[in-house]
Amino acid sequence: MLADKDRIFRNLYGRHDWGLDGARARGAWDGTKAIVEKGRDTIVNEVKASGQRGRGGAGFATGLKWSFMPKQVDPARPHYLVVNADESEPGTCKDREVIRNDPHLLIEGCLIAGSAMAAHTGYIYIRGEFIRERERLQAAIDQAYDAKLIGKNNIHGYDFDLLVHHGAGAYICGEETALLESLEGKKGQPRLKPPFPANMGLYGCPTTVNNVETIAQVPDIMRRGAAWFAGIGRQNNTGTKLFCISGHVERPCNVEEAMGIPLRELIERHAGGVRGGWNNLLAVIPGGSSMPLVPAGPDQADSLLMDFDGCIQKKSALGTAAVIVMDKSADIVKAMARIAYFYKHESCGQCTPCREGMGWMWRLLTRMAEGRAQKREIDTLWDVTKQIEGHTICAFGDGAAWPVQGLLRHFRPEIERRIDEYTANADTVGVLDPPVSEAAE
Amino acid sequence: MSVRRLAEKQPPSFAFTPANLEWAKAQISKYPPGRQQSAVIPLLWRAQQQAGGWLPQKAIEAVAEMLGMAKIRVLEVATFYTMFNLSPVGRFHVQFCGTTPCMLRGADQLKKVLHHKIGHENDVTADGTFSWTEVECLGACVNAPMVQINADYYEDLTPETLTRILDDLAAGKQPQPGPQIDRQLSAPIGGETTLTDPSLYGGNGKSTPAGTPLSDSDAKKPGAAANVHEAPLPKPPIADATDPRRG
Repeated sequence: MLADKDRIFRNLYGRHDWGLDGARARGAWDGTKAIVEKGRDTIVNEVKASGQRGRGGAGFATGLKWSFMPKQVDPARPHYLVVNADESEPGTCKDREVIRNDPHLLIEGCLIAGSAMAAHTGYIYIRGEFIRERERLQAAIDQAYDAKLIGKNNIHGYDFDLLVHHGAGAYICGEETALLESLEGKKGQPRLKPPFPANMGLYGCPTTVNNVETIAQVPDIMRRGAAWFAGIGRQNNTGTKLFCISGHVERPCNVEEAMGIPLRELIERHAGGVRGGWNNLLAVIPGGSSMPLVPAGPDQADSLLMDFDGCIQKKSALGTAAVIVMDKSADIVKAMARIAYFYKHESCGQCTPCREGMGWMWRLLTRMAEGRAQKREIDTLWDVTKQIEGHTICAFGDGAAWPVQGLLRHFRPEIERRIDEYTANADTVGVLDPPVSEAAE
Repeated sequence: MSVRRLAEKQPPSFAFTPANLEWAKAQISKYPPGRQQSAVIPLLWRAQQQAGGWLPQKAIEAVAEMLGMAKIRVLEVATFYTMFNLSPVGRFHVQFCGTTPCMLRGADQLKKVLHHKIGHENDVTADGTFSWTEVECLGACVNAPMVQINADYYEDLTPETLTRILDDLAAGKQPQPGPQIDRQLSAPIGGETTLTDPSLYGGNGKSTPAGTPLSDSDAKKPGAAANVHEAPLPKPPIADATDPRRG
């Protein structure tokens, strides 16, 4: 288990001062000038050596992403750093804690990351619902400006302006190109990639979009060294991670732990274990609602290691490390139907497989939750997810298809059981009776 | 996607107050020259606040005018982003999270309270105090179930505590936002299992407690929102080749 001294987010629970004094007392803004003076190449190489992978869900190697920014800055096309604080993945609530309890880690990280990609301007795009968090973030940024830690002619010798922008309720704006579209003042509809933001980003200029947690970890990586970070967790899955444990556990919570921690240890040590004991576990979603579920069982949840590779081994993915736990009292099909409704609601509408497919999957899953379906429709549903996955402009389609695939992969017998039960009772349930459906339009 | 339309009954006009106009100009300056369209969401947000919690058509047109955008482009934005209320809401607009992590912790029971105390989704109570709508994940999943009322999150709810909060708001009281049980924000109930090493917080020995979760008491000036920027905003970022400042 991770020792406290290896934890980066030392004010995760907001017990201590979020302001500049408190942040400094916890080690922020210490030696930042020396770090910035190391220059682009050294910083990028250090972050590459640390093995840090993006903490926003995709897990792309951070150092590698930064190295895609042009080596020479074209004066007509300034570089931008954009921080993705549009945390909206169901199950995920970690960036909120960083922003409201330790914002200076994020601000310092923005300065260092900006200097590593020759960006003198950073925008933090925070979701519209996080109103108090946005106010707190702006207050912290004001403190940093007042203390000349950022801004023009600051004490670190690297001009850097940091501005807060916000959304107004759209999960899809967490997708990096949709975020850029939204920042530009349009509907948050993703762009095709290529071209990638490092080439053609905000206002057509080279841009890197990174998650809050990713950027906030950078100062500690630079201060303590890549070797320290790389020494935690397995190869290719290094460092610490904020886990959000929700659902049917005794004590839901956020916690910072080492990558690769076994799921069972994570839940039992920090969240009081599954309600009713480990054997009462039905399934977990390890990485936020976009990821396939992992059912209980010796080859499944019992042996699940919480890092990128560990989750892939169980045909799932780590995503944002938002662990949603369901015990045997959960109606798994209804839970998945509600997730399908989420995707239907949040689709931007640009491409047909997603715009039409989301609603179709929701309607079918709702019928399956009642059992009011045919068994051949299970195969049809699988086929439809395969036609959505990989055939959309952005990964939202994949994110909606995967959870359904996870359900079908592991809980087909349950769906078939409901179909049988409904059919057996069909003479007592009128075909014209309005279906009982909680997920209303 | 969801179908969103402008309300049938519309006020005849809208204009920003002088203070809001000042504020809007400052917002526009956060973006490079020629890129003022970026300010559309913040401006619509402020217009919605001024209009009493919803966006009339004239407000959308006023923002379009101010930003030099075609009206349809601003209408697109107003209909795309779901926090823009296109019809009137109550003085306290309850946004209820119904997504799966909250559902697993009993959000369905809270929905019954809202139906009982307020009515159907999007209806406004006769005295104009309350309205509610079901929204998607609000990003407080480890404190589920929860709701957002205007700017504040009320978390770790039960039907009883939600009822109490609504009653308090109706009575003019200010219920405490954040977890409604004894709990330190997102730490587990019963106390943290991590960050218990006191030597982490040595530093200069000073560590002022954070106090209550964020609320209007964090405001800089009485009556002003905490996001009112007192220091002058930085000059707009270096723009692209269309900027006349470039030699």
